[in-house]
Amino acid sequence: MAKQRIVSTSINGNPVEFLAAPRQTLLEVLRDNLDLIGTKEGCSNGNCGACTVIFNGRPVDSCLVLAVEAEGGELETIEGVALTDGLHVIQDAFLGQAALQCGICTPGFIMSTKALLEENASPSEDEIRFHLAGNLCRCTGYDKIVRAVQQAAEGVTN
Amino acid sequence: MATVEDRQFRVEPFPGGTPGNQRLVEEGRLPDYDVVGTRPIRHDGTDKVTGRARYGADIKLSGLLQGYVLRSPHAHARIVSIDTSRAAEVPGVHAVCTNADMPSADHRAGDLGEGMVDWYHLNQNVLANDKVLYTGHAVAAVAADSVHIAEEAARLIEVEYEVLPPVLDVREARGADAPVLNDDVRTDRQPAGETGDTPTNVAKHFHYEKGDVDAGFAAAELVIEREFTTETVHQGYIEPHTATAFWSPDGKITVWTSTQGSFMIRMQVAELLDVAISKVKVVPMEIGGGFGGKIAVYLQPVAAVLSRLSGRPVKLNMDRSNVFDATGPTPGSYMKVKIGVDAEGKITAGEAELLFEAGAFPGSPINPGCMCVFACYDVPNGRIDGYDICVNKPRSNAYRAPGSTHVALATETIVDEICEAQGICPVEFRLKNAVKEGDERVDGVTYPPVGMWETIKAVELSDHWQSPLEGPNRGRGIASGFWFNFGGNSVVAATVNEDGTVSLIEGSTDIGGTRASVAMQLAEILGIAAEDVTPTVVDTDSIGHTDVTGGSRTCHATGLAAIKAAEDIQAQLRQRAAMLWDVESEQVEYGDGATLTGPEGKTISFQEISGKLTQTGGPVVGRGSVNADKHGGAFGTHIADVEVDPDTGKVQVLRYTVVQDVGTAIHPSYVEGQMQGGAAQGIGWALNEEYHYGDDGRLHNASFLDYRIPTCYDLPDIETIIVEVPNPGHPFGVRGVGEVPIVPPPAAMANAIFRATGVRMRSLPMSPPKMLHELLASDG
Amino acid sequence: MRDFEYEAPMSLDDAVALLSGNPAAAKPLAGGTDLIDHIRTRRLEPDLVVDVKKIPDLNVLELGDDGLRLGAAVPCYRIYGDPQIAAAYSAVADSCRIIGGTQIQSRASVGGNLCNSGPAADSTPSLIALAARVVIAGPGGRREVAAEDFCTGPGQNVLESGELVVEIVFPARPAVGGSHYRRFIPRNEMDIAVVGVGAAVELDESGQSFVSARIALAAVAPTPLYVEAAGAALAGQPVSDEAIAAAAAAAREAATPIDDMRGTVEFRKHISGVLTERVIREAVARARGEETGYRIGQ
Repeated sequence: MAKQRIVSTSINGNPVEFLAAPRQTLLEVLRDNLDLIGTKEGCSNGNCGACTVIFNGRPVDSCLVLAVEAEGGELETIEGVALTDGLHVIQDAFLGQAALQCGICTPGFIMSTKALLEENASPSEDEIRFHLAGNLCRCTGYDKIVRAVQQAAEGVTN
Repeated sequence: MATVEDRQFRVEPFPGGTPGNQRLVEEGRLPDYDVVGTRPIRHDGTDKVTGRARYGADIKLSGLLQGYVLRSPHAHARIVSIDTSRAAEVPGVHAVCTNADMPSADHRAGDLGEGMVDWYHLNQNVLANDKVLYTGHAVAAVAADSVHIAEEAARLIEVEYEVLPPVLDVREARGADAPVLNDDVRTDRQPAGETGDTPTNVAKHFHYEKGDVDAGFAAAELVIEREFTTETVHQGYIEPHTATAFWSPDGKITVWTSTQGSFMIRMQVAELLDVAISKVKVVPMEIGGGFGGKIAVYLQPVAAVLSRLSGRPVKLNMDRSNVFDATGPTPGSYMKVKIGVDAEGKITAGEAELLFEAGAFPGSPINPGCMCVFACYDVPNGRIDGYDICVNKPRSNAYRAPGSTHVALATETIVDEICEAQGICPVEFRLKNAVKEGDERVDGVTYPPVGMWETIKAVELSDHWQSPLEGPNRGRGIASGFWFNFGGNSVVAATVNEDGTVSLIEGSTDIGGTRASVAMQLAEILGIAAEDVTPTVVDTDSIGHTDVTGGSRTCHATGLAAIKAAEDIQAQLRQRAAMLWDVESEQVEYGDGATLTGPEGKTISFQEISGKLTQTGGPVVGRGSVNADKHGGAFGTHIADVEVDPDTGKVQVLRYTVVQDVGTAIHPSYVEGQMQGGAAQGIGWALNEEYHYGDDGRLHNASFLDYRIPTCYDLPDIETIIVEVPNPGHPFGVRGVGEVPIVPPPAAMANAIFRATGVRMRSLPMSPPKMLHELLASDG
Repeated sequence: MRDFEYEAPMSLDDAVALLSGNPAAAKPLAGGTDLIDHIRTRRLEPDLVVDVKKIPDLNVLELGDDGLRLGAAVPCYRIYGDPQIAAAYSAVADSCRIIGGTQIQSRASVGGNLCNSGPAADSTPSLIALAARVVIAGPGGRREVAAEDFCTGPGQNVLESGELVVEIVFPARPAVGGSHYRRFIPRNEMDIAVVGVGAAVELDESGQSFVSARIALAAVAPTPLYVEAAGAALAGQPVSDEAIAAAAAAAREAATPIDDMRGTVEFRKHISGVLTERVIREAVARARGEETGYRIGQ
C-alpha cells in the first residue's frame, strides 16, 4: 500500500499537520482524521457542493481534492466561519431568513456564499443564483437561500 | 352562515416575510395568537449553520469499523452461489456477511407508517439470497479497518449469477409473457379481498366505484379521455443513507442513523434480526432530507449483523450512485383518465385506470393514487382501477404525497383541456367544481371542512393571476392537488425548569423545522416565548412510540401531543399554586400572559412558580400522548408562467406561485419553505428528472450530474400564498404542509406549456428532446 | 478508493521522467475534477498520480501582442477572472464559466479538459475556433499539434507514452473579431453539453462582412468536431441571415451524434444548427462591440 504522508497545512488559521494516504480525499481526511464533520458528503463527484471548503482562497469541492494536495495550503471550513463573539453575518442571515430545512447542504452553501461575497460584495440575484448553482438543495426551492445571501451581502457592505 | 361565495377575501403580505410571501385573509377573520404565526429563529439553527449538528454519517465511536456493501450488476438474476472466503482473508477485514447471516423471514405484513411491507420481501431487499431484482440490489457486506479495505475485500467476493431477462415497463410487466420477478406474489384485489392463484407481477388491484358511471358519461356534453406516462423519479435528498450499529455482548443493539422514524427503524431491525424491540435502541441523528425515502431499512440490519460478527461497532454509508441505484424511487406510471362535463362545465363522471411501478417488491403508492385522482372535484359518478406492478427497479418508496403527483398530471391537464374546449376560465371551472365540506370522494370518504375553494379564490385575487403575461412563446397554467395529511402516534414530554423555561422532548425526527413548530405550540398554550422552550429529539428508549416524520403529520400530531403536554403542565401548576395559596386547584386559573390567578386577586407568574416547584412537591413534567385521526386534508393550487424556446424545446419558468391551505401556519417561514421546496421538486419532476435505464435494466444516470434536480439557477423566486382554513381537528387548526406542494407543478407546467405553444404534453418529464419533438410534429 | 502513489514534481523534466517511467500506470493530475472521480469509480486505475500543478511552465497565463499562452494546469477561474483575456478570447472564457460549478472552476483546467478528451468537453471547441495549438512535452522533446487534431476518439488523444500537455497557445486576435461558446443543456447550469458550439469570427473594418470564421462542435461526434465548411460558408460573405443559415446547415450536416440519455440523434442534429446560428450571431455582436443581453443557460 502507498505510504501515508505528513501534510502540513493551515486550517481555519491554525497550523495543522496530518497523515494521509494518497487515495484519501480532503473530504475524507477532514471528516475522519480531523473530526471536522461540518463538511458534508452528498455525492462524492463534485455535483452537489455539500463538501465545499475554501482552499487557498477559492471554493472547492473537497471530495475532488486529494488530501495530499493540501500540503502548504490554507484551508477554511465551516468550523472556522463563526467569530469568537458570535455568528458570521452569513450565518445570521441563513437563520433569520429560514434558509435551511434539513440543513445538510447548509455548510456548503455558507462556504460558497462566503467565497462569493469576498469576491463580489453586492451581487445581483442572477449572479447569486449562478454562483451557487454548484450547491444543490432539495428542501428549500432556494428562494430563502437567495434572500439570505442578499441579506448577508447587505451586512457585508454595511 | 353565509355561503362561501358571499364571503369577502383579500390577499396581503404575510407579516415578517418578503413581498412574495403572502396570505389569503377573510374579512373580519384574522387569527389571534401570540406565538403561532410568528417567525422565531429555529432552536437547532445555530448548530446547523456552524457545522456542529451531527448527521448520520457524523457519528464517531471507539473501535468503529467501516463497511462496504457489494451490489448486483444485474437487473434480474438468480443467485447461484456466493463465495466470501477470499474477502474474509484480506488483512484488516473483521467480518463478511450475506443474507445467510440474518434470520429467515416470513410472509407477514408490517406497517411502516407511509406504506406497508412484507417482512420476507424486506429481508430480501436488505440482502438478497434468492434473486437480485435490480442493479444495485445488495448481496453481501464487509466490515474492515477502513472503507477502502472493505471495498477492496468486497470486490473479492465471488457471486455466480444466472442472468434473467428484466422487465422495466408496467404495461409489459403485467402481460402474460413477462418474466415474473417474485414467484410468491399473487394479485390481491381490494376492497373485494380476493387473492389470485398464479404467480404474477401484478401485486395489487384496487377498485373503487361511486354512483352510475355510465349514466354520468351519458349525461355529459363533453367527454375527454387521455393517456399519460411518467418516469421513475427519486426523492433526491442530499444526504446519502447511512447507519452505524453496535450489537453489545448483552444482546442489546444500538443503531445510530438518519431516519424519518426511529421507531420504524427499531421495529424493522427487531423483526429482521428476530429480537425483541426492547433489545433495539435507535438513536436518530440529524437527517439530511428524506421526503419519504428514509423510512424503510437498508443498511441498519446489515450494520448490526456485521457488528455481531465482528464484536465492534460498524458504520455503513451509501455513496450517491448507491442511493440512486438501490433506494428511493417513486414509481413510473401509465395512466388512462376520462372526465365528462355537462354544458355548464360541471363534472358528471370520471374514470381512471392507473398502473404504478412497485419496483422489485410490491408496495407502490397505488392506493393513494386511486384516492387522489379525483380528490379535488365533486365527481358524482366515478370508477377507479389501480394496479401495483413489480418491475426490475428498486423497491419503490414513499415520496412526498405518494401517488398524488402522478394522477394530478392526468386530471389537471384534462380539466385544462375541458376549459379550453368549453371556453371556460380555469379558475372559474375549479371554483364551480371544487370539493367542499360534505362532498363524497369516489373511494367513499366524506370531506370535513376543506380549503380547495379558498385556494382557487386566492389564485383569482393574486397579483400573479391578475398580472398579464406578455410576449411570444409564453404561457400561464394553473393546477390543483390534494393530499390527505396524516395523524398517528406522537409523544411529547415537557419538563418545567426552575428558571421558567421548558425542556421538551419528542420522538419526531426534525427534517424541516418541526422542533420549532412543535415547541411553538407548547409555548402558545403556556403563554411563554418560543425561545423559552428547548426542544430535543430523543432516542427510542427515551420517549414513547412516535410515528414517522412523514405524511405531513408532525406539526399536526406531535403538535397535538405538545399541546396536551402543555395542558398537563397547566393542570399541575394550578395544583402547585393552589398548594401555595392553600386553596382548591379548581379555584386557580391559568390565564393569559402565563399567569396563574386564584381567589382574592392572588397571582403568580409561570416564571415565579417554576422556581417554587421543589417546595411544592418536586419537578413538573407534562405529558402528551396522542393517536391523532382528525388531520384534515390539504389542497394546493399553483400558477406557473413559462417560456418555451421554440427552437430547442427548453422550458424556462418565469414566475411561480404556490397557493395552499395549511389550516393554520405555526411558523410561516417554514410553511413557506415547505411550499417552495415542494414546488421546486415538482418542477424538477415536470421538466427533467427521470431514471434512464438501458434495455439490460442498468441505470445509466445514478449521479446528480445526469439525474437533474433543479439548481438555484434554474428556478425563479417562488411566491407563496398561505390559505388558512382551520382544521377543526386541531386546537390551532393545523392541517399539515409538506406533501401537497409537490402535486400540482407538473400539471401546472404542462398547462402553461400548452398556452405557450399549443402543444399538450402528457408524458413526464417534459424534457427538451421530448418537447422539441412535439413542437416539430405540431408544426408539420 | 483504489490505492495509488502520489508525486508532485517541481519541474517539467521530473514530470516527464515520472510519467515515462510508469507509462501504463501513471496519470497526470491537474485540477483532478475528472481524474479523482474516474479513479473512485474505477474508470481509471493508475498506480501513480503525478500532480503537475507545481510546475511553473504549466501555470503560465500571458497575454501578449502575439497571442495568449495558457498553461495546461491554469484553473478556469483565472481565465475568466482576467478581463483582458476574457474580452480577447471570450469563447474560452465562456467555456470556463460553465465547466462545473464555481467550485469545479477553482480547480479544473482547460488543459485537463482537453486531455480528458471527452466528446462533450466544453473548452475544446473554443480552442479549435480560436485556432489554438497544443504544446506537448515528452521524452522525445517538445512538439505542437493543432487543437482540432488533438483528440482521436472518446477519451483518446495524440499523447504518446510519457507525454503531457504543457500549454495551449493562441494566435493574436484580429482587430474586428469576436468569439463565443455556448452549449445546450437541459438545466441552465451543472450539466454535460448535449451539443456545444464554439465560433470565432473576423469581420472587416465596417463590421458588415465576414473575413473568416472557425466553428467547432462538441457532443455530436466521437471527438470535438472542427467544421471547416461552416467557417467557409461565412468567409467573404456579408453578415446576413442567409450566410449564417448556410453555416448552421453545414454544422448540422457535419454532426454525427449518437442517441443516449442526454439526447437523441434527431434532437442533437437539430440543436447543432440552432446553436451554431445563435453562437455566430453572438460572436458577430461581440466583434462589433454590441450588447445582446445573453444569459448563460438560455
